[in-house]
This record gives sequence, C-alpha cells and structure tokens, in this order.
Amino acid sequence: MNNGVLGGLRSVITRDLRLSMRRRGDMLNHLVFFVIVVTLFPLGVGAEPNLLRAMAPGILWVAALLAAMLSLQRLFASDHADGTLEQMLISAHPLGVIVVGKMAAHWIGSGLPLTLLAPVLGLQFDLPQQALATLVLSLGIGTPVLSLIGSVGAALTLGVRGGGVLLALLVLPLFVPVLIFGAGAVAQAMGGLSAAPHLSLLGAFLAISCVVAPWATCTALRVAYD
Amino acid sequence: MTIDSDSLDDETSGRGSALLRFAAPQAFFPLAGRMLAWFGALAAAFAAAGLYVSFFVAPTDAQQGESYRIIFIHVAAAWMSMFLYVVMAGWAALGLVLSTRLSGMMASAIAPTGAMFTFIALWSGALWGKPTWGAWWVWDARLTSELILLFLYFGFIALTSAIDDPRRADRAGAVLAIVGVINVPIIYFSVKWWNTLHQGASVSLTQAPSMAATMLTGMLLMALAAWMYSFAAALWRVRSIILERERDADWVRGLRGVQ
Repeated sequence: MNNGVLGGLRSVITRDLRLSMRRRGDMLNHLVFFVIVVTLFPLGVGAEPNLLRAMAPGILWVAALLAAMLSLQRLFASDHADGTLEQMLISAHPLGVIVVGKMAAHWIGSGLPLTLLAPVLGLQFDLPQQALATLVLSLGIGTPVLSLIGSVGAALTLGVRGGGVLLALLVLPLFVPVLIFGAGAVAQAMGGLSAAPHLSLLGAFLAISCVVAPWATCTALRVAYD
Repeated sequence: MTIDSDSLDDETSGRGSALLRFAAPQAFFPLAGRMLAWFGALAAAFAAAGLYVSFFVAPTDAQQGESYRIIFIHVAAAWMSMFLYVVMAGWAALGLVLSTRLSGMMASAIAPTGAMFTFIALWSGALWGKPTWGAWWVWDARLTSELILLFLYFGFIALTSAIDDPRRADRAGAVLAIVGVINVPIIYFSVKWWNTLHQGASVSLTQAPSMAATMLTGMLLMALAAWMYSFAAALWRVRSIILERERDADWVRGLRGVQ
C-alpha cells in the first residue's frame, strides 16, 4: 500500500485506469459514439462545405459533451454496486484525494482520447490548420472541466432512480459555459482571430471547477452513503 | 423571517434562542400561517397599485411605444428569478452546514416559485422582443443564461423529487444549488460583459435611474408585489411540506382538520 497523499492519488488513478483497460469495450464505445454523432450532422444538414465548416466547432464540441456525459455513469456506479466505494469512504486516505484520482482517471479514459480523435474528425469538416490546433487545445482545457463538473452530477445521482436521464438534466446546463467558450475559441481561430480570450475563460472555468467540484463531489458521496 | 446566521452565532443570548425556536417545523408552522395571510394581502395590494401605475399613469415610451409596458412584469420577474435562486441556495447551504430540517424544506418550497418567475421573465421577454427586436428569441448572453437558470431550477426540482428519503433529497439538492449559484452573477453581469442585444440596466443603486419617475414607481411597486407573492407562495408551500414530512408526528395529528 502506498503512503501519503500522492501515493494514494497514484494508486487510485492506476487502479481505475487498469479497470478501464480490462473493460476496453466501454471506453471504445464512447469514442465510437462520438464519431457516429459527428457523422450524423453532415447527413442531416447536407454536405454543403461552407455550412459544415461553419458548424464544425459546435458539432464537435456538442458531440464531445454528450460522449463525456455518457461515460460519467460508470465513474462511481460499478464501485458503488460492488461496495468498493463504501470502503473508499471509510479508508485512511482523505476522500478528496480519492475523488480527484477518480476524476483524473476518468479524464484520461474519456476526455483525452476524445481530444486526440477530434482533429481527425475536424479534417472531415475541412477545418483549417490553425483551427485544428485550437480545437485540440480547447478540448484539452475543456474536457477536464467536463470530468470535474460531471463527477458532481454522477455522485449526486448515485443509486437514484432514473439516474441516467437525471444526470443529463443536472450536468448539461452546467456544461454550457464550457461549450460556448470551447466552440467559440475554434470559431475565432477559423475567422483568423486570436482564440486566447476564449481559451483564458476556459482556463478560468477549469480553475473554478478544480476548487468547487472535488468538494461538491465528496459532499454528494457522503450524502449518498449517509 | 425566521433565523439568520447572526442569530445562530449568539445562540445563548435571549434573542437568538427565541428566534431559533422557529427553526423547528412545529413552531414555524403556525408562524408561517400567520405571515402567509399578511404577505398574501400585501402582494395583492402592491400588485393592484403597481398595475394601475404601470398601465394608466406611466407615460408611453418615446421609442418603444406601448409595448414597453411589458417590462413592468418582465423586470420584476427577472429580478425575482435570480434573487430566489440565491435565497434557495442560501437556505440549502444553511441546511447542509447546520443540518436543520426546516432549511431544506424552505429550499424545496422556493424552487417552484423561482422556476415560475424565470419562465415568466423568459416568456414576457419574448413577447417584448417580437415588437422591439423583431424576433421572439435571440441567442443573447442574458437570454441564454436566464434559460440555463430555468434548467438549473428544473434540475434541482427533478433531483429532489427523484430521491425518496427527504433528508438525502435536501442535502443532494443543496450541493446542486450551491454549484449552480455560480450562474447567477453571470446572468446579472452578462449585459455588461458581453455587449449584446439585451439593453443595459436602467435602474441601479449608484446612479439616478434613466427613466421617468412614474415608470420607476410602477416597476418598484411590481417588484414589491413579486417579493410579497414569493414570500406568500413559499410559506404556503413550506406548510404543505411540513405537514407531509411530519405527518407521523404527534403535533400534526393533534391539528384540527388533519384527521
């Protein structure tokens, strides 16, 4: 057993990552979902290149948002089902460390692959080079926020009936600022303008959620097990 | 109304403990009933006066014609929508920190009224937007964030009603309300931060209002009516919640008309 805060953090992250590698299907399903949702848009709105190019930032970001949201359910659900989460709550490590570790592992398993896959899909929409770089950057800053805020929703809906739809109802409104500034950054880059203001605001949201989300998730977990 | 955080600090003093008595649902129930009548009457009186000033006394706007009169309802509703969310989050936080039963009940009682005012603000805004901007809806920062506020109210109501255990429902709702409260300053300052279609504030605490005095009077009267209505509606609802949750308690069984 690892000692200290960092040791605990590392062991939670490696455990969660190892678990998600053992259930590779889960992780791949969310990536496939992301690709399929993005593919649906050109089929729905028509293949007009200018229209698609204008819509691409929004489409990619909305699809990433939905894929990240779907993957949230497995964040605590399986640990809750087999009793591991209860043991984590009463373990010697602070709950905050465990929660942050699970958030980090969730991002590595969902947000990071989405970020790496997005530029390939961006090519399908004929996004210019500098916009592709901004897309990766904005997703790189924005998807951790999705994992952070989403884990609050996942903890709140733990074991609640109708949890899946309820989770969407709770977290999607809170995701809106991330969507606006994430897609806005890419749109700015496409228009030849600086994406820095939007990226800075995304960074601000990341900073706020780093402070608020772990506390809120811990409280929500304690409420669930009260 | 009942207790504030200051009175909790000096729990030992006479005033503090006297007020704190009303933190018990049993003591608050009759008090809420008495206040309810007063707030209801005041709401009706202010609404009657406010509507009279708004529709018969206030002059026609030079630029917007008669359609501007929607603001008398719109502004009051929009103020209340944001304010009630903060009050709801405040009660929820109090309940989370102090584990008082009544706080969670107050938060759940306020939520539907807040959602209603948010809806009225959006709907009256749309009715005003059509003749003035030429569109029912624009994706303006303030409109969008007000819509998100409505979703936050829905999320709070959905979460608290999905959990059967009222204590857990209150505390889970409290976490959500506190996280969502970040949206309120975004709505409030959105007109300043993003210079978009929605007009800036005409009323502020620090500057003289940029509108006719009778218009301001009408608007403030309507705002007061909205406040009084919110108090009355929240108290009405909290009385029902108290009865529902304490239905097995002796004092509820002893009430006339409960058997």
